[in-house]
Amino acid sequence: MTNIRQPLLHVENLKQYFKVSRNYMTKAVDGISFDIYEGETYGLVGESGSGKSTTGRSLIRLYEPTDGKIIFDGHDISGKLNKEDEKFLRTNMQMIFQDPMACLNPRRKVSQIIAEGLKIHHICKDNDEINEKVTNILDKVGLSKEQGTRFPHQFSGGQRQRVGIARALVMNPKLVIADECISALDVSIQAQVVNMMKDLQDELGTTYLFIAHDLSMVKYISDRIGVMHLGHIVETGTTDEIFKNPIHPYTKSLLSAIPHPNPVVEKQRVALNYDKEKEGIDYNLGHQHQLSENHFVLATDDEFEKWMNK
Amino acid sequence: METIKRNKNERVLFIRDLNISFKTAYGIVNAIRGVRLDLFKGETIAIVGESGSGKSVTVKTLMGILDSNGVIDSGQIIYTYKDENGDEQEIDLVKMNQKEIRYKLCGKHIAMVFQDPMTSLDPTMSIGKQIMEPMRQHYKYSKQEAKQKALKLLEEVGIDNPEKRFKQYPHELSGGMRQRVVIAIALACDPDILICDEPTTALDVTIQAKILELIKEIQNKKGISVIYITHDLGVVAKVADYVAVMYAGRIVEKGKINEVFYDPRHPYTWGLLSSMPDTDTNSRRLFAIAGSPPNLMERVNGDAFAPRNPYALNIDFKEEPPMYDVGGQHRVASWLADQRAPKVSLPVELQEKLEKMKKEASIYD
Repeated sequence: MTNIRQPLLHVENLKQYFKVSRNYMTKAVDGISFDIYEGETYGLVGESGSGKSTTGRSLIRLYEPTDGKIIFDGHDISGKLNKEDEKFLRTNMQMIFQDPMACLNPRRKVSQIIAEGLKIHHICKDNDEINEKVTNILDKVGLSKEQGTRFPHQFSGGQRQRVGIARALVMNPKLVIADECISALDVSIQAQVVNMMKDLQDELGTTYLFIAHDLSMVKYISDRIGVMHLGHIVETGTTDEIFKNPIHPYTKSLLSAIPHPNPVVEKQRVALNYDKEKEGIDYNLGHQHQLSENHFVLATDDEFEKWMNK
Repeated sequence: METIKRNKNERVLFIRDLNISFKTAYGIVNAIRGVRLDLFKGETIAIVGESGSGKSVTVKTLMGILDSNGVIDSGQIIYTYKDENGDEQEIDLVKMNQKEIRYKLCGKHIAMVFQDPMTSLDPTMSIGKQIMEPMRQHYKYSKQEAKQKALKLLEEVGIDNPEKRFKQYPHELSGGMRQRVVIAIALACDPDILICDEPTTALDVTIQAKILELIKEIQNKKGISVIYITHDLGVVAKVADYVAVMYAGRIVEKGKINEVFYDPRHPYTWGLLSSMPDTDTNSRRLFAIAGSPPNLMERVNGDAFAPRNPYALNIDFKEEPPMYDVGGQHRVASWLADQRAPKVSLPVELQEKLEKMKKEASIYD
């Protein structure tokens, strides 16, 4: 992935605060910046409560971002949207949700669910074109045309997630936000879905923002990874850089927590501990240090020096 | 790693030819088909399988919390324990009714940790009260005694400032803390068997590691036997001494953890091990087992895994394979283990993966 191209999505200092009470504000996302280039997959990882899902939801404007700039393919989609930008955003950015049963309308047939976006945005001339597109996308995600006439409850978890993916991709979007889209599935099915998403990306050239807490799965699908903790991106880089040369102690602890399927090794290994308070790290004081073209770490100058010398 | 001698006197649980079916509106589902399993004192068993493979149903039977439409068709579950006088008692759980199991054993001798700590705790009760409840119920402890023990338990499961936490409610705690409380409740009556049904699936990886280490530490200290139910082979590798792989209600492969992980024999185990994402290979594609698990509503002819199995033989579609002894504790239900079967070599990627695993492991020997 080269950097010369214009990013498809440029996020600058995005903030998303939620007002809990008169005196208390939750800073779910606190000033994050990143770029996503066309055709790549950007993985966003972190523990629950780190703000990764909030980031995804702010980008697609399910929330009103508190502050910051989001440029999506030349359109500024932060702040109040005008009609044209809104239409552009709604047709070109799509989301795949975590729980496929909860995000599909149980009273509609699968083909109707998939066709809904096409109908709302008047993308197709007539019903024949809609049917053709739906059949086409069903085939691409590995479902048959007959299965389109069934209801969501008649499918297994993996198949339902395929429907969710088909619904997102039928609009032919530029960017797909996949929010924990495989964590509700069985291991053997997870691999099927991840492989399918990769194949579709090769075929259609879609860009993915892949949000997950499972680092090992993210590794397979992502070109670049951003590690989030408490509303900040603490480290970002290519997949290799993050896995082979992690700098930030939080990234290290996250990597060490992945269990390896190797009994003798795994029984000896103890996961690294990360305690932000104990180490005296304040994310607000740090700034991004560049290690290589893509590799950035959030740190103060002192911390950066300390971590580099380790 | 010290190995547990699987010696008959130390046997806590003894499951033989267990068959369970569910009556549903669409017909009878044969959820468990001939499960045979032993659990020994101080041992950790992991039952691995996809959802719907029957792993949860097996342990729910032990707890007497089988759904009301479930029927135990046949089989034996012999549980050996020491009663108040220190005498050894043997009972068959299949012959007891569910209420009896719940009053006599559940919580006292066999305790369970569920997947989601938010739904397994009572939101209207302070956590201290919830920990005291089983002790007051089973051992008739006085409030004072129970409180003393509850505070000790909270400390044991790694919750600091137990006095303060004692009065708090579940919603005031984080997910990892809540799971620690659930573990404390499970340990309240000093059970012999602790069943952990996907104890860390709802938690983050960083917290998962800590909870698993905690359970292990407590197990070493108290010498209890643990049954893990999980689909994550990484977790299995970390905790288990003995593994049973379940598929469509049957145990297809079982054995000591090293036997199963370094020398898998069943094609389903091959698939599971290959589809496990690896953090240090550069392959850009994951192996996936094709197809999806069978519908147990229909009668399974032959090996249930055969339609998804690229190595399936003709006989796999006709007759169910028996359990073959392949050395040591290792048993496998696959026709490939039969003497007459053609020799099938492992898929190349898996071979490489196993080689690498062995090499990594040899450093620790």
